[in-house]
Amino acid sequence: MDTFLQQLVNGLTAGSVYAVVALGYTMVYGIIQLINFAHGEVVMIGAMVAFTVINALAPGGLPPLVVVLVGTACAIPVCMLVGYSMERLAYRPLRGAPRLAPLITAIGVSILLQHLAMLVWSRNVLAFPQIIQNTTYTLAGASITSVQIAIIAVCIALMGGLALLVYRTQLGTAMRATAQNPHVAGLMGVDVNRVIAATFVIGAALGAVAGVLYGTYYGVAQYTMGSILGLKAFSAAVLGGIGNIPGAMLGGVLLGLVEALGAGYIGDLSDLCAYGWIADLMGEQCDGGHFILFGSNYQDVFAFLVLIVVLVFRPSGLLGERVGDRA
Amino acid sequence: MNDMKLGITLIAAAVALAGCGEQKPAAKAEAKPAAAAPSVLEVKIGHVGPLTGGIAHLGKDNENGARLAVEEANAARTRIDGKEVKFTFLAEDDQADPKTGTTVAQKLVDAKVAGVVGHLNSGTSIPASPIYAQAGIPVISGSATNPKLTEQGFKSQFRVVGRDDQQGPAIASYLATTKKPKLVAVIDDATAYGEGIANEVEKTLKAANIKVLPREKGTDKTTDWKAVLTKLRGRRPDAVFYGGMDATGGPLLKQGRELGIKAVFSFGDGACTDEMTKLAGPAAEGLLCSQAGIPPQAADKRFLEAYKKRFNVDPILYAPFTYDAAKLLIAAMQKANSADPKRYLPELQKIDFTGATGKIAFDGKGDRKDAEMTIFTMQGGKLGPIAIVKGGKTMTYEEFIKGMK
Repeated sequence: MDTFLQQLVNGLTAGSVYAVVALGYTMVYGIIQLINFAHGEVVMIGAMVAFTVINALAPGGLPPLVVVLVGTACAIPVCMLVGYSMERLAYRPLRGAPRLAPLITAIGVSILLQHLAMLVWSRNVLAFPQIIQNTTYTLAGASITSVQIAIIAVCIALMGGLALLVYRTQLGTAMRATAQNPHVAGLMGVDVNRVIAATFVIGAALGAVAGVLYGTYYGVAQYTMGSILGLKAFSAAVLGGIGNIPGAMLGGVLLGLVEALGAGYIGDLSDLCAYGWIADLMGEQCDGGHFILFGSNYQDVFAFLVLIVVLVFRPSGLLGERVGDRA
Repeated sequence: MNDMKLGITLIAAAVALAGCGEQKPAAKAEAKPAAAAPSVLEVKIGHVGPLTGGIAHLGKDNENGARLAVEEANAARTRIDGKEVKFTFLAEDDQADPKTGTTVAQKLVDAKVAGVVGHLNSGTSIPASPIYAQAGIPVISGSATNPKLTEQGFKSQFRVVGRDDQQGPAIASYLATTKKPKLVAVIDDATAYGEGIANEVEKTLKAANIKVLPREKGTDKTTDWKAVLTKLRGRRPDAVFYGGMDATGGPLLKQGRELGIKAVFSFGDGACTDEMTKLAGPAAEGLLCSQAGIPPQAADKRFLEAYKKRFNVDPILYAPFTYDAAKLLIAAMQKANSADPKRYLPELQKIDFTGATGKIAFDGKGDRKDAEMTIFTMQGGKLGPIAIVKGGKTMTYEEFIKGMK
């Protein structure tokens, strides 16, 4: 039981990071129906900038929490700038072009950012300075660290803040109007370009925070970290219904849980020797041993397996509305 | 007009020919002194390692070791076949790049070297080995640990350092004899290296009647080990072995301790680096890991002093091994009384030599018999040697040092 509970805690932590990254995908898609494949790289840049700042400040004797906060505070504006320039230079000139064109520039921007990061921060795996005292609490057999608690809390706060922004402010109203129909929103006095740029910038800021959280949680950062994280977050966004903000949150958390439980139990479930009649068939290969079909290295596969299953049975995602192709 | 042109051409040609004629004797005169002293035999010994790039310092360290051996042989006025030998040392840079490695190997073959010490990396040694083998030139690596190097069947390929697949048994037998675990969890990163070393560890542990949990796997990019570790925590292993690199091993160790796993964590040389402290933080304390060979400070004292005196630094990593490799080449030449690779190669194959790293003899593949493996532990953020495993037997580091003196 404590193993199961622990897997839930693990899944919840990873899932909240996925959820925050997924928000970046879903917000952009909701407004301009573009899958911004470079979003994972924005997250990576956030982690890298924070790494540099934290590394520089760590020996300075400042309280660790302050150092991490300063690192985050530096990462956010850098990522916002990256998000804004990305939209301004790679996507805005292609507004109105066929949908495939911005999709391809998105992939291009992603490769560009990855290689820029490689030049700046080298190809090596960077060790995130472990400065925060990580206290472990035990709860009904499951241990949860202070960093995990902080990650879950920050993610909930970010999601709440975003929901407030979208549903309670003027900018949020403008965003929702643009999402419904950019032309009509423009006629009503909404500066569509500004709203779209704001969406990118907000998504990038969320990505920066996610990058720092990821870095402090796992303790490593590398220039390629954005691609798999981005793909998983994208899967989470699709799982929840792309374009739908609560959907991305739900999708992210769900994906994290499925991954943790999947990786935790697939080995035992696919152990052919655990099933009496198959073990008999296998004969001596099972003598006191195991014959495991799928090991825990299939962890990364679950995200995409879930994506395929959902797309087959509910093409618009869990919370997505069944709408026709809008563009 | 035509005739005149022809005439001028002829004159020019004559002048040119005359010029050539004049130069030739001069060239001959230059070559003469070497031939005039028949009692001196010139023997070229090559060394290859990366002298530029990220591990240039290790390449230089290797080169220094071999250079010291060659200089000592010259100073001792080594004689072969009644003649005094002048050893020439040719140091080449392979940039740790397989392609450059083959280019410089060819360059050394063309320069007619009698033997080669190198290369530093397995990745450059393996593609270079057929080039030396074709020319019949003996080559001894002091640092390439990939088993494939000597599995290719080249008679001229040797190494004085242990193989990766001897590391698994070493760390496993150390675990078994000193930590006495009842149940061990083995994890690997699904690469050829990680899976290979993990298989060897599992085999050795099972042979020592220790229970091993079903293998868990990640990839060489895994950063989230929590699901795997949580599952393992439920089984309560006494020790964990991970076959993989430090970039994935560091997070594994950190997350394991976060989950409250108290087991001993052990690794192969891929994760036997000081980087582990940075990657895993305080969780790295007390980890066990293995490396092929012996730490340089455990080498013969006389060598250490000579090296320090000559280069004004301490050897970093494999210098004692390249020193021994060069000494072996020279010793075999002396035994065969010839610097001809064809004639001294058989002597090298059956040599019995005591060098700076201890006793050296080769098996049929060209691997060192009973190569030493060193077990390290992390203490105060630094890796330090605690034991030497040789031929399945474990001795503490202090015992080994005493034996070397």
